Amino acid sequence: MSTVLSPRAVAFNRRKAAAGRAWKMFLQDPAGVFGAVVLVIVSLIAILAPVIADRSMLDVTQQLDQPRYAPPSAEHLLGTDNYGRELWVRMVWGARVSLLVGLAATAMSMIIGTIMGMAAGHFTGFLGGLIMRIIDFFLVLPSLLLAIVLSSVLDRGVWTIVLAIGITSWAGTARVVRAQTLSAESRLYIERARVLGAGHWHIIVKHLFPAVLPLVMANTTLTVGTAIIAESTLAFLGLGDTTQQSWGTILKNAMDVSAATSGYWWYILTPGVAIVIVVLAFTLVGRAFESIANPTLRSR
Amino acid sequence: MSANPPSAEPPVDPHVDDPAVAEPRTAAGEDPTRGPALGAPQDSAPRNGAPQDIASQDIDEPPAGTSFLAYFGRKLGGAAISMLMVILLGFFAFRILPGDPVAKIARERPMTAEQVAALRAEYGLDQPLLVQFWDYLTGIFTGDMGESYVYQQSVSSLIAQYAWPTLLLTGTAAIIAIVLGLWMGQLAAWKRNSLFDKATTGTSLILWSVPTFWLALILLMVFGGTLQWLPTGGMVSPGVEPGTFAYVIDVAEHLILPVITMVAVIYAQYLLVMRASLLEEMSADYLTTARAKGLNEDGVRRKHAVPNALLPTVTLVFMHIGGLIAGAVTVETVFSWPGLGKLTYEAISGPDLPLLQGTFVVFSAAIIVMNLIADLLYRQLDPRVRRA
Repeated sequence: MSTVLSPRAVAFNRRKAAAGRAWKMFLQDPAGVFGAVVLVIVSLIAILAPVIADRSMLDVTQQLDQPRYAPPSAEHLLGTDNYGRELWVRMVWGARVSLLVGLAATAMSMIIGTIMGMAAGHFTGFLGGLIMRIIDFFLVLPSLLLAIVLSSVLDRGVWTIVLAIGITSWAGTARVVRAQTLSAESRLYIERARVLGAGHWHIIVKHLFPAVLPLVMANTTLTVGTAIIAESTLAFLGLGDTTQQSWGTILKNAMDVSAATSGYWWYILTPGVAIVIVVLAFTLVGRAFESIANPTLRSR
Repeated sequence: MSANPPSAEPPVDPHVDDPAVAEPRTAAGEDPTRGPALGAPQDSAPRNGAPQDIASQDIDEPPAGTSFLAYFGRKLGGAAISMLMVILLGFFAFRILPGDPVAKIARERPMTAEQVAALRAEYGLDQPLLVQFWDYLTGIFTGDMGESYVYQQSVSSLIAQYAWPTLLLTGTAAIIAIVLGLWMGQLAAWKRNSLFDKATTGTSLILWSVPTFWLALILLMVFGGTLQWLPTGGMVSPGVEPGTFAYVIDVAEHLILPVITMVAVIYAQYLLVMRASLLEEMSADYLTTARAKGLNEDGVRRKHAVPNALLPTVTLVFMHIGGLIAGAVTVETVFSWPGLGKLTYEAISGPDLPLLQGTFVVFSAAIIVMNLIADLLYRQLDPRVRRA
């Protein structure tokens, strides 16, 4: 090889090769691939919701000639609800809210968790101890409880739910990131950087962040599932946005009309099955990512 | 939530992740690569309170603070700080974040200006913030957590009244889930990669993805609605005399569905923890020794491997109990179980902020106490921690 590559190009090539290897390993995990396919389909449905079913089909005032509580049939694919709305239309539109909240809350939780975890692992003394205390506190407190409190005292809305879940669910990520930061900190290249005069900022951004990134990615997919369940639980408890209905809201409506004891099984079954499938898909993909990012798990 | 969603940590190898378990291991494992000059290892510093060089701890005399009292004091101090943070958070969330709770109530039901002013005076909202905080603080320590808007009754008396059903429900569910989870977990690990292992791990994964309240709705629909085998809600049927045998049977019948729901959601976590923990032990040399002695596989498992694997598991079990409380909120809501979870739900739908504040503080306190017990148990059970 006669061409001399710049350090940047070398790094780029190395990362490209690593990404290619990771992709190959991912393809060898059938469960992970299955999960990914499910997620692509559900995301497409959510994105194309306005094309699939017009929003007016959700308007209760337009459904007066529709039968109420019609069981699933050729005419009413998934049955209708207590206002005569088609359940499948509500499911398609609900997918948007459920996925959006799940992803946004996860993004928030990941950002907080990564920053706190790296700070807890990097800084010593009082600052590190203080951050560790905060992480411990959030780890101990059940996130649902705090999320309930936050979404009750703030104004109702999709972003309140995102905030409530994001603020309460980052501690697990912070703990994993901290452990990874600690093991990276003990490597010689960090010591070398420090000896050469690198400051906290340089070490964190250039050395620690790339080291924790793969783990954060794997954790992200696992957290989305948890966030979707948290969203549906909050919506079920009546804390959701009434104008932006998620799958959890549908279940809340089902409980309000005692669907369980009145025999409206489709009203309960459909949203729940959808939640389980999506969460399971995220979990499968997350586990596949994790076994790529964390080689010690591969033997299990 | 299922998850715990709540204390929702993905079930992927919870054993390795846990701070209590990982801590001593990282501290010891990472030491050799670090020069003592490069700063004290951060890992052990905040938690164990002894930020000295770990190398010395590993080799020679036990470090300061190994006595039980010192350990206990440190953990108690940590729990006290957490409790203080809960109390501060309670004040911040309920008095500062919402702006004016009375304005919020006034928005949801019609009120005259005098009524608003009277309500404001009643809850002390016309006082300066510092005075409010002092009242709140003294209130909490004297057991006075204000008056519920909806019930027109003091929050502490409401909580006292609703605590017993929650204890009964979560206690029963916890015991069953722990026994079932640990038993199935050790079996799954022992027969690793067998059909049983794959089936149980798969089931755990699916149960992990199920929202607690939905599972509750399904069980209610099948056994309460369609089959009509079991009561659909409440704790006792009307007209049953308390204190009689029939009363006990009746409560037990009402208990079945909520308990099954909670067990289904949490036993999977215990199963995965136990499985991971036993897998760690399975390559250990002492098992070869036990086999060489002529013990059969069953004996090796029960007498040697499982007791060791139980060490880290027991404390994790205690730590996960926080998840039970989150589950209680939705399960009690679906089954109209008259406990603190249902009270929380009613406080949300009110909205009845003093009541919600009360249940929040009480639930959090219960979890902090459980974690303290877990820390103390761990030290008693695993002598290795006493050194670390």
